[in-house]
Amino acid sequence: MTGLMIGRRQLMAGVGTLALAAPWIARAQSNVIRIGEINSYTAQPAFLLPYRNAWILAQEQVNAAGGIDGRKIETIFRDDGGRPEDAVRIAGELLNAEKVALLAGGFLSNVGLALADFARQNKRLYVASEPLTDTLVWSHGNRYTFRLRASTYMQSAMLVEEAAKLPARRWATVAPNYEYGQSAVRSFKELLKKARPDVEFVAEQFPALGRIDAGATVQALAAANPEAIFNVTFAADLTNFVRQGSTRGLFERRKVVSLLTGEPEYLEPLGDEAPEGWIVTGYPWDQINTPEHTAFREAYRQRWNAHPYLGSVVGYSTVQAIAAMLKKAGKVETEAMVDAMSGLQFQSPFGQVEFRAIDHQSTMGAYVGRTVLKDGKGTMADWRYADGRNYMPPDDVVRQLRPQA
Amino acid sequence: MENLILQALSGLASASSLFLVASGLTVIFGVSRIVNFAHGSFYMLGAYLAWTFVTNLPRGHLGFWGGVLGAALAVGVIGMAVEMLLLRRIYRAPELFQLLATFGVVLIVQDLALLIWGPQDLLGPRAPGLRGSTEVLGLRFPLYELFLIGVGPVVLGLLWLLFYRTRWGTLVRAATQDREMVGALGVNQRMLFTSVFFLGSLLAGLGGALQLPRESVNLHMDLSIIAEAFVVVVVGGLGSLSGAALAALLIGELHAFGILIFPKITLVLVFLVMAVVLVIRPHGLLGRPQEAARGTGMAEPVIRAAPPALKWLGLAALIAAILLPPFAGDYALTVLTDMAVFILFAASLHFIMGPGGMASFGHAAYFGLGAYGAALAVKWLAAPMGLGLALAPLAAGLGGLVFGWFCVRLSGVYSAMLTLAFAQITWSIAFQWVELTGGDNGILGVWPAPWAAGKLTYYYLTLALCLGATLILRRIIHAPFGYALRAQRDSPLRAEAIGMDGFRIRWAGFALAACMAGIAGGLFAYAKGSVFPTYLDIPRSVDALLMVLLGGVQTLSGPIAGAIAFTGLQEQLSRMTDLWRLVLGIVIVLLVLFFPQGLAGAARSAWEARDARPNA
Repeated sequence: MTGLMIGRRQLMAGVGTLALAAPWIARAQSNVIRIGEINSYTAQPAFLLPYRNAWILAQEQVNAAGGIDGRKIETIFRDDGGRPEDAVRIAGELLNAEKVALLAGGFLSNVGLALADFARQNKRLYVASEPLTDTLVWSHGNRYTFRLRASTYMQSAMLVEEAAKLPARRWATVAPNYEYGQSAVRSFKELLKKARPDVEFVAEQFPALGRIDAGATVQALAAANPEAIFNVTFAADLTNFVRQGSTRGLFERRKVVSLLTGEPEYLEPLGDEAPEGWIVTGYPWDQINTPEHTAFREAYRQRWNAHPYLGSVVGYSTVQAIAAMLKKAGKVETEAMVDAMSGLQFQSPFGQVEFRAIDHQSTMGAYVGRTVLKDGKGTMADWRYADGRNYMPPDDVVRQLRPQA
Repeated sequence: MENLILQALSGLASASSLFLVASGLTVIFGVSRIVNFAHGSFYMLGAYLAWTFVTNLPRGHLGFWGGVLGAALAVGVIGMAVEMLLLRRIYRAPELFQLLATFGVVLIVQDLALLIWGPQDLLGPRAPGLRGSTEVLGLRFPLYELFLIGVGPVVLGLLWLLFYRTRWGTLVRAATQDREMVGALGVNQRMLFTSVFFLGSLLAGLGGALQLPRESVNLHMDLSIIAEAFVVVVVGGLGSLSGAALAALLIGELHAFGILIFPKITLVLVFLVMAVVLVIRPHGLLGRPQEAARGTGMAEPVIRAAPPALKWLGLAALIAAILLPPFAGDYALTVLTDMAVFILFAASLHFIMGPGGMASFGHAAYFGLGAYGAALAVKWLAAPMGLGLALAPLAAGLGGLVFGWFCVRLSGVYSAMLTLAFAQITWSIAFQWVELTGGDNGILGVWPAPWAAGKLTYYYLTLALCLGATLILRRIIHAPFGYALRAQRDSPLRAEAIGMDGFRIRWAGFALAACMAGIAGGLFAYAKGSVFPTYLDIPRSVDALLMVLLGGVQTLSGPIAGAIAFTGLQEQLSRMTDLWRLVLGIVIVLLVLFFPQGLAGAARSAWEARDARPNA
């Protein structure tokens, strides 16, 4: 019994020594700049594992090139399990216990918003990579939050441009029932009505995210007999929707305009059942041969023995943005970093991108094209790069949308 | 008109798929009384295994149908293994404890599936011979859906033959009614249970495998089906096959037609149906009142005053909780704050589960109502923190009064599922009413008042409120009201006979627990600075259940130990490894095997055994 007690006490002493030693360890590492990265790795692995791979690749490249003025960058990845409240707790952990210089990441919109509000409250920099919600930079925008990925509004605007050219007048929409789906449909309707006052929306379906009852949904859309369909479903919902839709002939003689469907994350699982002729936003990774993208694709292939996904581009670009910002700021101090982020220009695999000073949204765009089948696989054709800066509301509207502090 | 008929056919196909999964669940529950969370995982495994078999076997009828049946059989064997290695050892544990074990299995399967099949969604081939579509009333309808419409009734018929025309089936039905009697008559119960588990898992696997030509195989299949399957089982009446069939039909058709009128209804429809059915028919459509299982109907052990050693331990912990934090870092304070919140949350659930004898699968509703009460006050009234924190228990208590009025009339799993239905309805309101609640983007900017903004101050505030509330709950258990609560749990008849109004006692207890959960929710909202629908979602209710079960239902310190162990484990593991679900699952399974009375229960047994030794 006594032996056990001593054992425990020794253990406690050991822990104590470790805790005391910790500050010195941290100080010894102070020539490293630490980034805290939070994402829903267990909840959304399909997008986020390629994302993290590319992140690691970019970090290795930055460090191999001498780091930031001789200081290496290092990232601590954490899983929030898809819960915003956990993301906030982890953010605290990364800042206080791991002493990271800034926060990054976020996949789900609500996680992004929770982190953004945490950043505002604690006056720390947060670089949101993926969350798409418009409110992140507009109604809930704040000084400390910046977002890389083209927002729901921007991607909808890109598709409206194409949709307005179609002869179709009777439209139906289908979108997952949560904020992303709802605001995509809202933006699409508003912008299309503006471009084409003669269109009408004859049906809308909002299946629960991840639980679409595809047969019934397809039948309900077909019953309204629209001339064109705007689709926002993705991942498993998309697959099920496409299967039921093609067997029931929903897509025959109808145009489909679809958000994100051209991304390999969602197009690949469809295999040879990928729909043809849909107008989509996406990422034709195998066909973009600009020097910066080719370099990225080859480096990614060498490092991970796989082709990049869109998640990879997002992860890679986020690191590039952070590295460019750190170089510009010259010091690792929040206010200086925030000032450097504002209006920051950097090189991404999609070309030159800028973080707009007006709303902290980056101008990274997306590729808009048509889906086709090639060698039994879905891919994009007739695509073009839609630069994000052309798909923003006018500046005075943005100023109204965003609280001006 | 044609469109409506096709919509009905689509509904039938969904109903058929749903029935396959639900039938397995209802058979397992009927005999073993296990609330099997892992049933959804078996469904997912069925789909994944079928994908592997079908894509590796030669194409054609044999390869496809052989693969589907092979997957179903394989899942049956996996289910059998889980029963033999895990569940068989804990049948004697308190009610619902097996739920904890099956939840461990869910976590393990999630990570194993990710490791084996990778993160990308998989698309299986279509069924040979049933690829295309046929014309029904001039409109196209997929052949495979027609086939599925046929599968449901065929499986129902086969199960009927199995249960009513074989000796094994007779024994299973007998065990569903009275398993102790069946055991007393010399039937090998072990074999019976294991074979029932095999059959139930096989049906789940078959349900998953048959989705292959319809849907993509993905890692979210398990949790997306399990809640719906439970609803079907409960609406139909626990253990009733024809009830499950009827309920699946009802839900499938309501879904198909519901989305024509309310496109957003899919979020909540099944739970609305369940709430209505249970309020009107407390035992489901075709269910019978559950026979109290003999032997477990005994009074629970009397709760005594804590032994001195425990008091000292508690005091030491309290002193540590007060004196040490000033030396801890900000992050440690955050974790401690969370722990204090979850201790109260778990204690409030324990109050109705332990002394009250009513399980709740939807306790997150009151946690969330508290959080939303505070957050809405901040958002719409710009209320100061004090007012927000005062509104939290009020909102939750009000919710508890309203929902409790319905829930406490029911018993056992029916009551628990009704609480779940109300929780999901509350969740969908928070999710859907974007103008008021901000939808899934939540309410931001719920930060503490300046005087409490410091991590340490806020921790002390939380500690004071949560610990105070937890101690009040303890005090109430030892007060006359607590005795009355336990009396109606142990013997409702005798309690009524001496003039106690069981309904009102349970109702008051339920509302009180809701109130306390609301305090926890309000404090949590201010600690995180924002409120989201995840606060009242199913996983949070499950967390609370896990904490109580892990700690031990029949001890007062159980929820405290459980909350600390669970949040601590999750927090540490998710920092250490990507595979934290796998590790957490294994830890839960091991704890279940070695401490079937929960952590605090095991400690008490050990203590009592030590005390008993000198006398012996």
